[in-house]
Amino acid sequence: MDKKIALELKGITKVFGKITANNNVDLDVYKGEILALLGENGSGKTTLMNMISGIYYPDSGQIFVDGEEVIISSPKDSFKYKIGMIHQHFKLVDVFSAAENIILGINDGKKYSIAETNARVLEITERYGFNIDPKKKIYEMSVSEKQTVEIIKVLYRGADILILDEPTAVLTPQETEKLFAVLRRMRDDGKAIIIITHKMHEVLSLTDRVAVLRKGEHIATVNTKETTVSELTEMMVGKKISLNIERSEPKNSCDRLVVSNLNCVSHEGVKILDNVSFTARSGEILGIAGIAGSGQRELLEAIAGLQHIDSGKILYHNPKNDEVVDLRDKTPLQIRDLGVRLSFVPEDRLGMGLVGDMDITDNMMLRSYRKGHSIFLDRKAPKNLAQEIIKSLEIVTPGTSTPVRRLSGGNIQKVLVGREIAAAPSVLMAAYPVRGLDINSSYTIYNLLTAQKERGVAVIFVGEDLDVLIELCDRILVIGSGKVTGIVDGRNAVKEEIGVLMTKTTSIDEENGGVAI
Amino acid sequence: MIGFLIGAIRLGATFLLGSTGEIITQKSGNLNLGIPGVMCIGAAFGCFSESVYVTSLNGGEINPFLAVFIPIMCAFIASALAGLLFSFMTVTLRANQNVTGLALTTFGVGLTNYVISQVKSTSTFSVASKYFTTLIPFKYTENTQWLKLFLSYGPTVYLAIIIALVSAFLLKKTRIGLHLRSVGENPATADAMGINVTAYRYGATCIGCGIAGLGGLFFIMDSLYGYWEYAIEAMGWLAVALVIFAVWRPNVSIIGSFIFGALYIAPNHIKGVTFVQTGLLKMLPYVVTIVVLIITSIRNKKENYPPAGLGLNYYREER
Repeated sequence: MDKKIALELKGITKVFGKITANNNVDLDVYKGEILALLGENGSGKTTLMNMISGIYYPDSGQIFVDGEEVIISSPKDSFKYKIGMIHQHFKLVDVFSAAENIILGINDGKKYSIAETNARVLEITERYGFNIDPKKKIYEMSVSEKQTVEIIKVLYRGADILILDEPTAVLTPQETEKLFAVLRRMRDDGKAIIIITHKMHEVLSLTDRVAVLRKGEHIATVNTKETTVSELTEMMVGKKISLNIERSEPKNSCDRLVVSNLNCVSHEGVKILDNVSFTARSGEILGIAGIAGSGQRELLEAIAGLQHIDSGKILYHNPKNDEVVDLRDKTPLQIRDLGVRLSFVPEDRLGMGLVGDMDITDNMMLRSYRKGHSIFLDRKAPKNLAQEIIKSLEIVTPGTSTPVRRLSGGNIQKVLVGREIAAAPSVLMAAYPVRGLDINSSYTIYNLLTAQKERGVAVIFVGEDLDVLIELCDRILVIGSGKVTGIVDGRNAVKEEIGVLMTKTTSIDEENGGVAI
Repeated sequence: MIGFLIGAIRLGATFLLGSTGEIITQKSGNLNLGIPGVMCIGAAFGCFSESVYVTSLNGGEINPFLAVFIPIMCAFIASALAGLLFSFMTVTLRANQNVTGLALTTFGVGLTNYVISQVKSTSTFSVASKYFTTLIPFKYTENTQWLKLFLSYGPTVYLAIIIALVSAFLLKKTRIGLHLRSVGENPATADAMGINVTAYRYGATCIGCGIAGLGGLFFIMDSLYGYWEYAIEAMGWLAVALVIFAVWRPNVSIIGSFIFGALYIAPNHIKGVTFVQTGLLKMLPYVVTIVVLIITSIRNKKENYPPAGLGLNYYREER
């Protein structure tokens, strides 16, 4: 190959506490090529790129730019070596114009002139075929325009190596095509581009080479032309690991929640849920698989009444009186009283569901305080409940009056799940309930969910680990980009099959649409 | 009528300096509710230094330049130190800005009472005041009476207007202004772009407080001819209201300060108002501020919003 290496990583390792985010990773990218960095959630892609852009510092390993070893310890250093990263979350000042954002922080000793900046920005936009008005304010811009500003910001600083972290996640297909055209032009201009993505068709249509990461390790780098979707998927998900989670056969299964043609649009105008249809049955665990941010959160919140729904139906079959009601007409409170329970475990665990500074009893009361009849609170019942949960779930705590934030992650999660289960739900939704937990705590949670299923509850489980989903769930619903890309049977599902479905962006065929297996 | 307008503009200089200082501070994201206290401190230390200077002459001749320069410097430095205290509390120790600001006001008023109680002869203020109120010697003819509206002020009013115009220019047209505004709007972004958020917040708060302190001094020396009066705190609250009225723009604040000045002195110029009516009339500046708030909210233009990061302390580690 006569092309020159722009950036080379050798033996990069980064450890966060007990977790090894990157282990001995080698990577290289040439001038004038687009390299895709492919991997599941938590495979260490973003961590690796953050080390190149100076946000993290590697524990060991070397970084070479243009053949020379460099030390990148801050974002400023990475600018110096002409590396620019475009993050998923834009760093822009809303009330500033595009040009003002672009020159922000530049102190090149030249006279400050917005007019001159406007001219230079236009020069860059013409060169690469962007379409943007430098005088436009950020808050008036669409997501794709904001992204364009971020890219120009990096180019304006003279970057030769560009890193894009999931740039298409927020774009419409047309905007994505435009972005790709720009990226190809930059490649032809001799820039080295690294793009982090989950979407297989983007990898195949845009890139020259693909590097695959799995669980922090570099699996292989292959030429895009010589590879296939199934080969890449296999490298990405790896071989199946047996976990021995107990799974009982569903008994007396009947429809509990029928979701049909559900559509949700975010306030940026991007479709987050696109014609989602599925059925959750009693006495069954329905798993939801998908790349993070594909619409799982919105789906659960839509069912719980917390997300605005644009169209579609969520029919709830009440087991008490066999009535069928549409949850769209109900308030979150009414939905909860029907027995639909959401135990959402967000990244920080305490963000939704529990109040960290309050003790276990008070957190129990968050759900029951409305039941009181006098103006004074009844603390006895919630205290008994707290003690019961501590006993049955083996929560390690000094007592019921310890603030929840002092407990360990696993115990916090048990409190949250325990409280929702205690209300004897008919639908239990759990999102990432084992995130950050050790093996033993995870199994406790799995057993809890299985016990609920045996009680005839319709359990919806949003998970990350495909092995767990396959062993725990009776059926697995796969979403990709807000669409249902497939529903598979947990008992004979194959990991690669789910992996392929996760990276697809087209929903299952019309005739199969919404029909459960 | 011209007398009324001149009075309004003269008093307006106090509001203008207070609000310009607070605008600079708020543009960096620091909500300093200690401005009334800072204006008291400025007045107290300015006047105190003046009395020390005049007394030290033992009846000798007063140098007009020093009589103006010394109190201005002392007022500026003392107020800037108050700003430094506020920045230390909120930026370094990350204390709540509202609580710190209100505490600073209480502290400033108390400190002022003490400092003034230590002044041996407050009559020195009025002796020195005449240097603050020296007018441009201009012979008005029958046809040039209207020029009085522009020329019959001491140096303080012109200084206040110049400071406001320079601040407006700095904020709008320079790199420093751009960086300062970015720190107030989105400190995380500013930080990521290599701008020193802490330095900008400290700098803006100290300079802003220094300017506001001058407002307190000028109120005593110019508007009250050196007669000590504890009404400075009330002036301070009006200056804070004026920030909102001026939608965070020092150039708009110039007009706003004249309107506030006019509203404030209006009761003295209307014949036959009772005590209660005077009180009601003095509410007008606040009523006008609320009306402006309502109008800007209805118009829903993002440029007229307060800086997005206003009142929020910035932690880099918090994502």
